Amino acid sequence: MDWSWLVVQDVMPKMLAGLVITIQATFGGAILAYALGLLLAILKMSKNKPLAFSVYWSSEFVRRTPLLVQLYFLFYVLPDFGIFLEPMTAGIIGLGLHFSTYTSEVFRAGIENVPKGQWEAAKSLNYTPYKTMRYVILPQAIPPMIPPLANYLITMFKETPLLSAITVVELFNSASIYSNSNYKYLEPMTLVGVFFLLVSIPAAIIANRLEQKYKPEKVR
Amino acid sequence: MNEVLTYSPILIEGTITSITLTIASAILALLVSFIVGLARFSRLRSVRWSAVVYLEFFRGTSAIVQMFFMYYVLPLLGVNFSPIMAGILACGLNVGAYGSEIVRGAVQSVGRPQHEAAISLNYTSYQRFLYVLIPQAIPMMVPTFGNLLIELLKLTAVASLITISDLTFMAQIIRAQTALTLEPFLVILIIYFCISSVLIAITNYIGRKVSKGRDTIQAGGD
Repeated sequence: MDWSWLVVQDVMPKMLAGLVITIQATFGGAILAYALGLLLAILKMSKNKPLAFSVYWSSEFVRRTPLLVQLYFLFYVLPDFGIFLEPMTAGIIGLGLHFSTYTSEVFRAGIENVPKGQWEAAKSLNYTPYKTMRYVILPQAIPPMIPPLANYLITMFKETPLLSAITVVELFNSASIYSNSNYKYLEPMTLVGVFFLLVSIPAAIIANRLEQKYKPEKVR
Repeated sequence: MNEVLTYSPILIEGTITSITLTIASAILALLVSFIVGLARFSRLRSVRWSAVVYLEFFRGTSAIVQMFFMYYVLPLLGVNFSPIMAGILACGLNVGAYGSEIVRGAVQSVGRPQHEAAISLNYTSYQRFLYVLIPQAIPMMVPTFGNLLIELLKLTAVASLITISDLTFMAQIIRAQTALTLEPFLVILIIYFCISSVLIAITNYIGRKVSKGRDTIQAGGD
């Protein structure tokens, strides 16, 4: 089995088109995961115990079951209930929903790590709950959250090949379709790996920088 | 629902396959984690670098891609794996890369005085790691390894894509044969949830066991 540059030339445009879809899915999923994660975090910390309890366990259910099965669920089951989703939409919802359960833990930890005195200070200044969050808690809670949230972005990027299972033609699927119709597996599959490395290694370096930048100052 | 129940034998078979795949890959991943994680402390630059290359390669390319690579590309290069072998290797080697960072981080976080004490007792570096650093690092590793185990279980679902007849694969069969959708997927989601929950309970139990009487670790380091 020899490496053929002709195959590379042939498959490259298809894969670049796939890469665009992969990046769209990653960012679409990430935006949903961050927004929904913040909402889940707030609900989990709610004073209403039954609400907090049910939100906690539903998010644990999502977190403890495979993304692939959840994608199948969105793609095959929802149409029976009259909800038809485009593969890409189902994919973004699946990614976003699955990873919101992870990001919600980041948000929760971030908010809970703000010292209690800050809440009390805001209260004694007669801040409304909105003002407390907006001006006191979030400005302190957000910087330490940035590195883990960036890491989940990278993780989501690496999970996007799963969308191929529900017929989204992203980077991996574009190579896979080419492979299956031309019986050329070596080049396309290797290139997929290379593409992933090309994106995820620089991304990991950036995430590492962020981690250094937002490292909590040691107070002792 | 009754229709799905008639398929319970293959669901049980799928559950067993998923669990086997998880356990086998977990053993491989644990071995890889320690080998690659400890290699990062080697005196030889070449060993340290190979560990980093391994880590970046397996962490940087997607697990799904690795699985397909092992199943479709390696046979072309003359390396043949059965689907289940390819699944175990891909899951184990991938999760092992993440695990190696856990091992490295935990060993590194054992206090510096412990290193120095071992050196001043004239321990060889082998003795230093085996008797001083690793035993203290293990309690720190357990919870993170527990999380990784859940990730591993979820990763095994992907193995259904390379024709391994695990739970997810079985659900697809039921869907194809009965045209039912909600029931098979709901049933396997619940089965996955139960397996994960049992795994979490086991790691929590181990975590409590190994950290018993070791409350002084953090303080002992300083």
